[in-house]
This record gives sequence, structure tokens and C-alpha cells, in this order.
Amino acid sequence: MDDKEKKQDSLYVKLIPYFEKYGILLLLVIMILVMHILQPDVFLSWRNVTNVFKQISWQSMLALGVFMVIVTAGIDLSVGSIMMLSLMILAIVAKAGAPWFIVVLVPLFAGFLCGLINGLGITLLRMPHPFIMTLGTLYIFRGTGNLISGGTPISGFTDEVRYLGHGRIDLTWLGLEKSQYLPVSLVLIAVVYFVFWVFLNHSRTGKWIYAIGGNPSAARASGINVNKILIIVYSLCGFLSGIGALILAGRTDSGYPNAGLQSELDAIAACIIGGASFFGGRGTVLGVFAGVMIMGILRNGLNLMDVSSFWQQVLIGSIIVLAVYVDVLRRDFGTRK
Amino acid sequence: MNSTNKLLLEAKGITKYFGTITALENVNLKVHEGECLGVVGDNGAGKSTLMKVLSGLYKPSAGALFFEGKEHVLDSPKDSQNLGLEMVYQDLALAGNLPIGENIFLGREPTKNIGFLKFLDFKKIQEMTSAHLEKLKINVKSADQKVEELSGGQRQAVAIARSTAFNAKVVIMDEPTAALAIKEVGKVLDLINKLKSTGVGVIVISHRMDDIFTVCDRVMALFQGTNFAESQLDKTSRDEVIGWIMGKK
Repeated sequence: MDDKEKKQDSLYVKLIPYFEKYGILLLLVIMILVMHILQPDVFLSWRNVTNVFKQISWQSMLALGVFMVIVTAGIDLSVGSIMMLSLMILAIVAKAGAPWFIVVLVPLFAGFLCGLINGLGITLLRMPHPFIMTLGTLYIFRGTGNLISGGTPISGFTDEVRYLGHGRIDLTWLGLEKSQYLPVSLVLIAVVYFVFWVFLNHSRTGKWIYAIGGNPSAARASGINVNKILIIVYSLCGFLSGIGALILAGRTDSGYPNAGLQSELDAIAACIIGGASFFGGRGTVLGVFAGVMIMGILRNGLNLMDVSSFWQQVLIGSIIVLAVYVDVLRRDFGTRK
Repeated sequence: MNSTNKLLLEAKGITKYFGTITALENVNLKVHEGECLGVVGDNGAGKSTLMKVLSGLYKPSAGALFFEGKEHVLDSPKDSQNLGLEMVYQDLALAGNLPIGENIFLGREPTKNIGFLKFLDFKKIQEMTSAHLEKLKINVKSADQKVEELSGGQRQAVAIARSTAFNAKVVIMDEPTAALAIKEVGKVLDLINKLKSTGVGVIVISHRMDDIFTVCDRVMALFQGTNFAESQLDKTSRDEVIGWIMGKK
């Protein structure tokens, strides 16, 4: 290798980590700027920005759960159904007159149990791929949700139950107007994402989740109990879907059969746009958040401009393909042949 | 090297069946302190199965393992690691998406406690990695470099560094030079000699006569899952060992 070639190589090596870490944020900033230019009066208004956060609140929980699963090179297709089943159980428990703190805990527990079932199925039943197990539970959980509720909506929850999805934090003490409040769901997103960022990057279990995605046989040979970690990951993914159900209950004040329909695909899309790799071991919590934001802003901005939702589908699809192509290029640059 | 050194690892009468297939039958093996044992054999002779039994990945159908004179039953790689028995796998067993340091300490990461929560101690990982690579004279740009950015030889060096980071007494290497460019083979063999000089017992499984005759003190051949022949290295020749591999004495 001559000197010139060496320099070029080290420049690549130096740039790749920055590109991997912050490239997606750049895209997000560009999108915000473009939307602001197209809709200068509305897009960055307090009302619209809080709207975007309220709209992405429950999706962001599903996306975070699916992200952890994707890091292990797995997939969870059942998160939308887990959310729907948890929501239906919440609604039934609420209608039965249970105290609010029980109603709030029930969907989290139900979501966790559904995730545990996925995890146990994938590891103990040795399903050839998580796709198959979670495809099965996608039907099973939604069907169960319809069975227990009779397939009809159940509406009307107390304010305590609706707090996380619907609550407002008053900011008038800061000299702001009454309409300039902070949605509780935004605070919840920040807290949950921070906790999971710490978990994935600063705990042993988090590191092992990445190691399993990078090379499962290396993880196994290092004495890591791979099955146990996978069960934890799928259970946490279910738990986050349960939080999603609680937020959705607050937002819509209703448990309804079509809740979260196809939202598993949105969750996967957000992860992929955010730079998570289907090959496992790659992606960041910040990236997932950016992915969720990009999809939320795209939908919101196109709605503001009265663009048909058919175009939204075309655009989101195109962004997914583009994002994965970038992932392919990144692997070409990042790995020595 | 001779057998007056302390006996570290001994396998007696190891037998392993996979269903109706007999992979190993009544195999014996010994390694002493600071000694390198070469294990040769054709594909399917049982070398890899034997190593997996020694590392606790497979349970033998019959036979016993003794470490420093005491019998042990290994249920998982963790058990063998706890004894000071480490394995360097042929497929390297490294996670390419993680940095060198995190690979070396994978599964045994140092942590610091904040309250009742345990957090990874990245500073300690970094320091211990640098010190350990320094000790083995392994050159990399930085301990933070991802393993997938390394050359084959560097990866093998990291894999060996990983196996010796916790005061291993016996290191088992499966084809340590098979995936390497010729110029990198020498460095890895140097590394093996360095390990021997610190008193580590090394088992090298290899097809390459050059490797065996450069670093080993003793060589044993497996043939169709049984002990076929064994000799001190200075009492045999390349041609004889190649004959053993093909089942000729």
C-alpha cells in the first residue's frame, strides 16, 4: 500500500463513524427546514409541533421495541397486535370498574406477557426464524383481542388512565400562553428513550444484545446465554407495545378492534430509516427516534399541504428503499473485504 | 519441553456419539505447563469435536476431564473459562460490530456500580485492553477500532488476546493460521511462542505442517475418532506425521 492510498483509507475509516451516528439527524434537519419553507406559518407553530409529538407517541414505543429485536437480527411482526390486545384488556378492566392504578398497569403486564410468549416460542420451540413465530402471534393476539371484546369498541376512561396519552403540562408559570402546553406523552417519549439508551449502551445486557446481532456464535462462545437475552428482548418489546396501548387509550379514549393495524410495518420502517440494519448489530436509539420523527413529519407536513395519503405511502416507501441502499453502501465501505 | 512440567489438562477415554455416529472413541490427551501440543488429523477425524468437548460446548458421552489433577464436569464454555481453559475458534468468534476492547471482554465486562445499577466501565475496558495488547506486542491503531475493520491476522491476534486476557492456563486454538495471508502467519506463530514462554499450555489444531513444526513440542494424530499416533516433535518428521493423517504408520 503506498502512502496516498493509506491516507484515503484512513479518511474513510474516520468519516464512517460520524456518518453512521449523525447522518440520519442531518436528514431530519433538512426535512424540518424544507417543511418550514413550504409551510412557514404553520409547520413550526407550537400547536403543530406538539401535534406531531402526540401523533408519533405510541408509534415511537413500538419502534423502540422492534428496534431492539432488529439489533439481534430478529423481527417482531406482532407489536401492533400486542398493542391492540393490551388495549382491549385495559378497556375491559376499566369497564369492570377496577381502580385506575390497576387499569394503568394491566396493559404493561399484558404486553410483557405477549412478548414473553414470542421469546419463549422463538427459543424453546426453536422456530427457524422470529418472522414465523411473530407472524403467528400477529394473528393470535389480534384474534384474542377481538374474542374478549366481541370485536366492538369499548370507550370512556377516567382522566388518570388517559393522563400519559392525553395529559398536558401547563407552562403558564414560564410566561407562556395557556395553549402552549407540553404534552405528557412527549415527556414520556423522552424518559423511555433515555432509559433504553442507557440500557442498550451502558449495561452488560445491552452490550450482549449488540453482540448477538453481530455474531451469535461469538456471543455463545463467550458464555453469554443467548436464549435468555433473546427472551428478555422480546419481552421488553412487548412491554413497550403495552406502553403504546396505554398512550393510545389516552389519546382515543377508546379500545377499538382496528387499533395498531399495520403499525408493525410502520415500526419496522422507522427502524430501517433510522439506520438499524436487518443484518443485526447496527443502529442507535437516537437513529430510531430520528426515523420515527421523519415518518411523523412527513405525514404531518404532507397533510398540511393537502397531499393525498396515497402519495404519503409512495414517499415513505421510497425513503425505506433509499435508507436500505445507504445501509448497503455503508457495509461496503465499513467492512474490509 | 518435557513431561516434568506440571500437568495442566488431561482428557481420559473421551467418547462422543451424535446419534448413531461415533465422532470420538476413547481418546486421551495431555498438556503440560508451557507446552504446545499439536493435534493433526484429516477432515472428520474428530479434532474439532474433541476441542468442543474440552471447551465445554459438547458434553462427552463417556470419559473424564482432569484439570490440574482434579476431575471436572463442564456444562458450558463458562465452566471451562472459570478453570482457565480458553478456546480460540476457527471462525474467530468475534463480533465484528463491536470494538476490539469490547470483544476481548465480551461476557466478562468490568462494571462499576452506581447505586444498585451496574454500568459498563468503558475506561477500564480501554485501559485493560491497551495494557494487554501491549503485553502481547499486538499492534492496532486503537482499542476502539471495530473488529470488522481489521485484517485477518489482526483479528486472529485479537482472538488470541481475548483468550488470554483472564490469565488462561490452557489455550486451545482451532486452525489459528488457516484464514491468514502468508505474511501474517509468522506473527501469529510468534504470539503462540510468547504464550508458551509465560507458562501457558497451548493446543494447536492445524493442517499446516509448518505451524506444527514451528511452535509445537509434541504432536498427536487422530484418525477416525481415535488416538492414532503420538510423538515428541524431535523424534518424528513431517513425512511421518503426514502419513499419520492419512492413516499410515
